[in-house]
Amino acid sequence: MERTRKKGQLLSRMATNDRHGENSPYFDGWKAYDENPFHPSQNPDGVIQMGLAENQLCFDLIKKWILENPDASICTAEGVDKLKNIAIYQDYHGLKEFREAVAKFMERVGGNRVTFDPNRIVMGGGATGANETVMFCLADPGDAFLVPAPYYPAFARDLRWRTGLEIVPVDCKSSNNFRITRAALEEAYEKAQSSNINVKGVILANPSNPLGTVLDRETMRSLVSFVNEKGIHLVCDEIYAATVFSSPRFISIAEIIQDMDCNRDLIHIVYSLSKDMGFPGFRVGIVYSFNDVVVNCARKMSSFGLVSSQTQYLLASMLSDEEFVGNFLRESSKRLARRHSVFTKGIEQVGISCLKSNAGLFFWMNMRPLLKEQTAQGELELWRAIISEVKLNVSPGSSFQCSEPGWFRVCFANMDDETVEVALERIRAFVLQGKEEDAPDQKSQRWHKKSLRLSFSSSRLYDESPMSPRMLSPHSPLVRART
Amino acid sequence: MGLLSRKATCNSHGQDSPYFLGWQEYEKNPYDEAKNPKGIIQMGLAENQLSFDLLESWMAKNPDAAGFKRDGQSIFRELALFQDYHGLPAFKKALVDFMAEIRGNKVTFDPNHMVLTAGATAANETLMFCLAEEGDALLLPTPYYPGFDRDLKWRPGVEIVPIQCTSFNRFQITASALEEAYQQAQKKNLRVKGVLVTNPSNPLGTTMTRGELDLLINFITAKEIHLISDEIYSGTVFSSPAFVSIMEVLKDRNLENTEVWDRVHIVYSLSKDLGLPGFRVGAIYSNDPIVVAAATKMSSFGLVSSQTQYLLSAMLSDKKFTKEYISKNHKRLQKRQSKLVSGLEKAGISCLESNAGLFCWVDMRHLLSSNTFEAEMELWKRIVYDVKLNISPGFSCHCTEPGWFRVCFANMSEDTQKLAMQRLKSFVDSMTINSQSHQELKNARRKSRTKWVFRLSFQSFHDREQDER
Repeated sequence: MERTRKKGQLLSRMATNDRHGENSPYFDGWKAYDENPFHPSQNPDGVIQMGLAENQLCFDLIKKWILENPDASICTAEGVDKLKNIAIYQDYHGLKEFREAVAKFMERVGGNRVTFDPNRIVMGGGATGANETVMFCLADPGDAFLVPAPYYPAFARDLRWRTGLEIVPVDCKSSNNFRITRAALEEAYEKAQSSNINVKGVILANPSNPLGTVLDRETMRSLVSFVNEKGIHLVCDEIYAATVFSSPRFISIAEIIQDMDCNRDLIHIVYSLSKDMGFPGFRVGIVYSFNDVVVNCARKMSSFGLVSSQTQYLLASMLSDEEFVGNFLRESSKRLARRHSVFTKGIEQVGISCLKSNAGLFFWMNMRPLLKEQTAQGELELWRAIISEVKLNVSPGSSFQCSEPGWFRVCFANMDDETVEVALERIRAFVLQGKEEDAPDQKSQRWHKKSLRLSFSSSRLYDESPMSPRMLSPHSPLVRART
Repeated sequence: MGLLSRKATCNSHGQDSPYFLGWQEYEKNPYDEAKNPKGIIQMGLAENQLSFDLLESWMAKNPDAAGFKRDGQSIFRELALFQDYHGLPAFKKALVDFMAEIRGNKVTFDPNHMVLTAGATAANETLMFCLAEEGDALLLPTPYYPGFDRDLKWRPGVEIVPIQCTSFNRFQITASALEEAYQQAQKKNLRVKGVLVTNPSNPLGTTMTRGELDLLINFITAKEIHLISDEIYSGTVFSSPAFVSIMEVLKDRNLENTEVWDRVHIVYSLSKDLGLPGFRVGAIYSNDPIVVAAATKMSSFGLVSSQTQYLLSAMLSDKKFTKEYISKNHKRLQKRQSKLVSGLEKAGISCLESNAGLFCWVDMRHLLSSNTFEAEMELWKRIVYDVKLNISPGFSCHCTEPGWFRVCFANMSEDTQKLAMQRLKSFVDSMTINSQSHQELKNARRKSRTKWVFRLSFQSFHDREQDER
């Protein structure tokens, strides 16, 4: 005991506090999946992973490109001439061809309606590192950022943990489809300021995680005028930009400020290839700021999370292949649209609705009719039932700080078609079962009554990232290779 | 209220130092054997470029590792998706085995105690976040790697208090220097959280003696503080004495699983030993599971690319390759270092006797017009602008004695090195011709010992573009 207490003083508060956010009770779903992962033949009753926002639909296209372009690797016979120069390249500016390729890709994803300057492209350790870096540049410990809720759970860690910042949620409601209203922004801002919380800016994801919607032009213009008025920053996390699969189209904040009178020093973009391309393992995060001081500062800070030059080189080659990129973006959209439709129509058939969405790797499902009580507790109960009985790991709205109970984020792009069918079947069965009014036995009421005691583990990730190699597709050879 | 953070507008990143002049000048006028033979030769870059042929030939024999394949099957998808902050198990296993091999297998490491980070830069910063609060202090022996000013101080807000080491005893750490540093920190109301040493040393190129390691263990035990041993040059030890890791000493003293065991942490990287700084492969090794857990979560901010993890797991698991690489690399480093030493000798310049690293710690005190850092700066500028060699002045490494310079030898061809030595010799010869004033000054030189940390506006010589060590 003495040694433990001493230990607590020996390490930093940061090392021993909870602000990394991983001790939240909501990783129960991850644990359940980990212990019992679904496999179509080997474990057909296992838990299906629907809490992981990954884009696994287009790897066949990438694989083909890799095979056809051996010189993109510095390790193949065709590319090994470049090995030395790339292996020693640690310049925090990043390879010129990499920055140019990323800038071009971002332009393409933005519908070619904006241009991005490669000299403003700054690397970050994934969007995770990029978001943290932006916070380090814009605010001091104790300052706060407004974040429209519901929002990506790991913002709690990325924006707050090591930076010492606070998050002030801006409440959005289903009554207007979770739109961000000027009134809500003003209210949150005033409330913070009057409590002596120094608000430094607004940060949001567009397209939204978990909603899967894009911001409309009016809302974006309103955001820009809001931050200009207050003299605070606007950070747009656009990592899902290329996952838009139907109209309305994605509009980058870069496009909006083109036609607005605005202090550009306040505008910053975070980008990544983890969602649009499906490359979370490659850790490609990007900070793009219109503020020169921020570009310079973020670039120096990127020393703490540079992209491996081997990866920069590969992606520079891949993303400058315009034909490949065009084809990829088209196919990806198509496949996402199809998958989204299969799911949403499938659950509609059993009377479950979702928020109308046109982007992202997930949909925002409305399970409010199934709640025993319209409370957070009611949502928790329903969620536990979904995990333990329906055996689906979906993410409850409260983990996204949604103020209305009953919403769930369901990911659809991280599984094969076979698994999709099984998942749909299970949802349908569960919903229909819950609707049986005259249940002679306890079965249909079971999930209402059962007090589920899932134990808490304190070693799980609280965000999209898998904890163990088993989180990958059960077919993964990496799974088998685990030492 | 400022628009940006204090961190964004201060200069704790250390890159506003006037010493990046050397880098600027190099970039404006880089030496090239054919295209620019009169350009500046880069000798301020601690890179290992001597053994790429070995890496290249391994690649040629192992196409699967390069092409995202295992047993001929593509695993691109799995790698592209793999973002588990515990790291690729095969890679961590290969890495700990490699570290053990470098230490003559006298110690072994447990992959579960290792945390992968984006380079040693991220490893050191992360350890600060885990071990110290803003405003706490860490003791570092001088001279030290200029980048520490950024890695430890900038975002974590930790203060560095120097442990003064001098040429009197070959810059070794003494008990009294440790104690004095600790007292100085106390005087400034700084809470000391630990000691950070680089072993082998940058910029000295020497390995720490067992005596020094014992001293450190005694010191951190008495003060109940941490010890970070940055061992990123451990694979560059090319001659005796052999490298002794802090872990080995702890083991020999039967201190495994005691309190002090939990307070010792190692930083490693493949940037120097394998010459792969671009790949951003760093690691924290700690015996304390709480530190491992916290650092693992923090590594989310700078993970190692899965593409790179996979390639290197294949490479480092090839024991035949690692054995050959370590051995050949040592031989080449030794040969190149001795060529530098004899080249300097011909110019009448001596250096600290060294057995590791990618550089020599060169003594140019006799060339100073006065025993001051102003004179060192003067000499350095002449070497950069006139002699056209970019070398690193001791002041930028927080050395307390003027006149020492770090000169790298592993980042250029043999011919270039020869040319650099010729230029230096001509320069020194020309200085000797004006020897009268030179002799007077030499006689009048006082051995003054500078007491405290310099509060001049420039703190670190750091390339604004490259994370060189």
